[in-house]
Amino acid sequence: MLKINGEEKEAAGQTVADYLASSGFNLARVVVELNEAIVPKGRYAETTLRDGDQVEIVCFMGGG
Amino acid sequence: MALDRETFHAALVARHGAARQAKFDAARVAVCGLGGLGSNVSIALARAGVGHLHLIDFDRVEPSNLNRQQYAATQVGLPKAEALCANLAAINPFCDVVAETVRVTSENLAALLADDDVVCEAFDRAEAKAMLVSGVLEAFPEKPVVAASGMAGLASANAITTRRVAKRLYLCGDGATDVDDNLGLYGARVLVCAAHQATMILRLIDGADEP
Repeated sequence: MLKINGEEKEAAGQTVADYLASSGFNLARVVVELNEAIVPKGRYAETTLRDGDQVEIVCFMGGG
Repeated sequence: MALDRETFHAALVARHGAARQAKFDAARVAVCGLGGLGSNVSIALARAGVGHLHLIDFDRVEPSNLNRQQYAATQVGLPKAEALCANLAAINPFCDVVAETVRVTSENLAALLADDDVVCEAFDRAEAKAMLVSGVLEAFPEKPVVAASGMAGLASANAITTRRVAKRLYLCGDGATDVDDNLGLYGARVLVCAAHQATMILRLIDGADEP
């Protein structure tokens, strides 16, 4: 079990890229923080989620 | 009447207090994107007497900007960085403004923003917002970022808030409305979001770390 945006999720073993895609996120519009460190945009496919992780995903809306 | 630096600064100290104004005087803030968010954030920071502003935008003023961006109709066609620099000089001639007409990319952002204390994300495209925020938080271990997401349309202004969504990332907006849904952008509501960003930036300069 790990926490994504404050909610408990069964996502251990998935990569960040897999989780984002399966949850319907547009990868170009997100910022991902894993255990208080930013996951570089080029490393989503090689970063694996583990039990106990704290993940924050911010998906941006357009306009300014 | 032209004000001298001492008179101008004394008026800021009278409103803000000497200790807080000294922090504002020394602060260096980068504003990335000088549209509806960035032009309004910059004016709020210049009025507060923030000492150093780094204005960055690759674009020029267009007629469609005038409903919400702090430019005059007579400035259509000018680079936004140059036009805003002139408008800020009229408001606070003692603010040290560096204005750059350049497109921020994942390749140049670390060099471009190295000397700034706080980064304000004020782009319009969601992909550009995510690129900048992710890149800055990755490149700089201490720099806070104040970003915006969700200010389109004419829904209630009360939906717009400031949240701390990651260790060094503050996000202003309603988090839901997207200009790509053809909601339009209204100056008043964009200004609410810009005011949230400017307030959070001043709070960070003052030493607060919560919204």
